[in-house]
This record gives sequence, structure tokens and C-alpha cells, in this order.
Amino acid sequence: MSSSVLFDAPGPRARIRNHLLTAISLVAVGAVVWFIYRGFDDKGQWDGKIWAPFVDPSTWTDYIIPGLLGTLKAAAAAAVLALVFGAVFGLARLSEHRWIRMIAGFVVEVFRSIPLLLLIFFIYFLMQGGDYTFFALVLGLTLYNGSVLAEVVRAGVLAVPNGQSEAAYAIGLRKSQVMRMILLPQAVTAMMPAIVSQLVVLLKDTALGYIIAYVDLLNMGFKLIPANFFGSLIPAAIVIGIIYIGLNMALSALATWLEKRSRRSRKTAAPPIAPPGPALIGMGPATPGAAAIEGME
Amino acid sequence: MDELFEYAGFLAEGFLENLKLAAICAVASLILGTILAAMRVSPTPVLRGVGTVYVNVLRNTPLTLVLAFSILGLSDQLDLVFSEEPRTNAFWIVALGLSVYTAAFVCEAIRSGINTVPMGQAEAARALGLGFFQSLTLIILPQAFRVVVAPLGSVMIAMVKNTTVAVAGGFAADVAANMREVFDTTGASIPIFLGIVVAFMAVTLPIGFFTGWLARRLAVAR
Repeated sequence: MSSSVLFDAPGPRARIRNHLLTAISLVAVGAVVWFIYRGFDDKGQWDGKIWAPFVDPSTWTDYIIPGLLGTLKAAAAAAVLALVFGAVFGLARLSEHRWIRMIAGFVVEVFRSIPLLLLIFFIYFLMQGGDYTFFALVLGLTLYNGSVLAEVVRAGVLAVPNGQSEAAYAIGLRKSQVMRMILLPQAVTAMMPAIVSQLVVLLKDTALGYIIAYVDLLNMGFKLIPANFFGSLIPAAIVIGIIYIGLNMALSALATWLEKRSRRSRKTAAPPIAPPGPALIGMGPATPGAAAIEGME
Repeated sequence: MDELFEYAGFLAEGFLENLKLAAICAVASLILGTILAAMRVSPTPVLRGVGTVYVNVLRNTPLTLVLAFSILGLSDQLDLVFSEEPRTNAFWIVALGLSVYTAAFVCEAIRSGINTVPMGQAEAARALGLGFFQSLTLIILPQAFRVVVAPLGSVMIAMVKNTTVAVAGGFAADVAANMREVFDTTGASIPIFLGIVVAFMAVTLPIGFFTGWLARRLAVAR
């Protein structure tokens, strides 16, 4: 249902009412923006001197780009490891051996239900001494996101119609061949959008490194830049906020594009699957709204 | 095992703060999210635009950044102070930041529910002469809510887990902060960690079961 069926094409009275509402909401939005502007102005956050660092290339090369690299490095390492973890445990959950299925299922459900920050803290304290922030962050992200990806892999393989594997067995392929040559290639196409959305989550979650003092974009922006440039906090927040939002929106756009492509793809018999998100139970991949909550944590 | 019992009271105190935060955020984010969803389907382009920008910005910003900005930007710079006492102030700042963040996801869940309501329902409402607000509150939203009970449950589960990020908003008395404090003296303790994990599961699992049961009970037969 598109939103336009919710209201009629406005007549003369409705048009006046709409104009009135538009005016009121414009005033309200303007008031909020003005209030924020004035508040920051009182604290001198729009002063030229605290914005000046952001047009100076050395700020970018010394702070922002190293911070961004820290974020991307952690995200890339965790993404690769999480994909491996997800593939192994996702396939293990489809195993024909009951005990493998049970162990894999237990691991996946447990890591999915632990608050990620607690997991990162725990790993951080397990490694006593030394600078293990990167390691703790990457391992925490891997275990959590890998568990979610395991669900994606499982759902992807299950989304391939039965006839595909039946036909493969009928022409004499073995179990591993069916998985490798028939099911996985089709499942990957169906999983792609969900995987990319989960990578957006992973990228967002690298910001948790801020709390254990891993030098990422958020740490550079909120601790090091204000400390070195006369408390230039709001400019730093705005700049790094834009970088985060830009990165994530680009990745989300990629996910949407992949989903459209796999929807019309004839290389797979499986429909694209929705990301399973943080739910423990009660939600199949076909539930409406499943896609809405992706990226929550 | 001993350290778990020794610090159980201290950790439980922290966990209680998480539960309080979760309860406040659940109510606040459901209300704000519903208003946002109504804005995003409203006939006023400005409101639709505001809703879209709000959801896209909040959904793509890390929660850590939202909370850090809430305390450093809103509270310290804009003088949004709930209480003279720093600890109480930080609590409400975190509650605000987490609600604002969660509301974006609630809004998207409800909006996807609105999309499942058949067109005929809205057309029939209009044919009866109901206005936008009436058809939304009497016809569309009641049906949309019933469809998205399970996704909303997932949002709430994620929100409960997200209360542990409170320390980024300057509130250092929740269970994550307390766990860190205990680990500073005892070192990483597996029983303590598992105890906290079980406590979280004791909250999130029933939410999942309850919303799953509610979703089946309320499912709209079509």
C-alpha cells in the first residue's frame, strides 16, 4: 500500500489546512534549528577558530584519516572473520549429524544474545596487559556478527527450493558436491543483500571501540580533536557524523541495489532473504518488518 | 564462583539501572516511533521530509556516537540538564539518546506494517468520509500494529541489549560499567560474565516468547 492512498487529493479546504500544517511544521522545525544554533553560538561553537582546523589538511592527515583507517581496519578484519565464522557455523547448523547441529545452534544463539559491549569488555579483560583494544574489538564483532551471518547462511541455503538438491542427488552428486556446486552458488546470490546489511551493522558497531579507547574515528573526533583544538567538539561531531552516515548510507545503497538485482536474477531459484536481526525467536525471514530493524545494533 | 556471589549485589544494582533505562526507553521510543511513522505517511511534505531525514540520520549513526553527542553536545553545550546531580542527569540523557535512537527503528517497523495493510482498507475508510488522521488511527494503525508485534519485540530486545552502551553517554553505573569495575580488581571472571549474560537472557528471552505469542494471537486473518 503506498502512502498516497491514505488521503484524498486535497480539495480547497484540505489544501488550506495542509498549507497551514506546512507553515506550522516549518516554524516548529525552524525553532528547533534556531534553538540549537543559538545554544551552540552561546558556547562559541561556530567561532571561526574552532572550525579552522577542519580546512587545514594536517588535521585530516593527522587525526581524521588515521581515525577513519582505524575504523575501517577493524571493520574489514571483523568482516572477513565474521564471514568465515558465519559460513562455518551456518553450514554446521545444516549438518546431518544431530550433535554438530546442536553445538553450532547453541554457540550461535548464545553469541547472538550477549550484549556486544559486554563481550568486548570480557575479551579485553581476558587479555591482561598490553594494547589489545584492536584484538578485543575485532573478536567481539566477529563472534556477534558471525553468529548473525550464520543465520543468514542457513536461511539462504534453506531458501533454495528442494527440487534443486533433489535433482542434484538424482544425477548422482554426493552430499558435499550438492552443497558446493548447487546449493551454495544459488544461496550466495540470495544472501548477498542480507550480508551487506549486516556489514553496515558491523561498521556501525566498530564505534564501540570508543569505550575501550581503541583509536577509531569516534575517538579521534570526540577525544583527541577537542583536546588539541580549543574544545572544538561540535564541529568535530558534525564532521565525523557526516563521515559515518555517508559510509553507512553508501553500504546500505549497495545492499538495496544487490537486492533488486538478485530479485530479478535468473541465476538462482531462491528469493532474497531478509536479515534475521537481533531476534531470538518468533520471526521467520518472511515476516514483514524484519528488514526494518536491520542495523539496530 | 565465589567472586560472582561476592559482587552479586553490586552487579545487580547496575543491572537494575539497565532495566530502568529499558523500561523508560520502551515507552518513550514506542510513542515517538509511532508519531514518526504517522509523520512519514502524512499529507504534509515538510513532516514527511523531517521524518525521513530523522530516520535516515539516526539509523546510520552508531549508537555510541548518539549517546556521546547527547552528553557532550546536548547536555554540556546546550545546557539540557535534567538534574543537578551528574549521575541522575547522565541517566536521563542516556534514556533520551537511546529512546531517540530506538524510535527510528520503531518507526521503520510500524511503517513496514502500514505497507502490509491492503489498499482496500484505506480506500474504504476514505469512502466513509474519514480524514487522514481518523483513517490512520481507526483503520490503518490498529491493523499495522498487529502485524509488527514480533519485529517490535526484536527492536525491544535489541534495545535492552543496547542499554549496556550507557557508559558512552556518561552514565557509569549500569551493569557494563560495574562489570568493568569488578574486572579491574578480580581480572576477567568467567562466572561473573556468564551470570550477567544469563541475567540479560532472563529478560530478553521472555520478551521474545511473549511477543511471538502475542503476534500469533493478534495475527490478522486475511
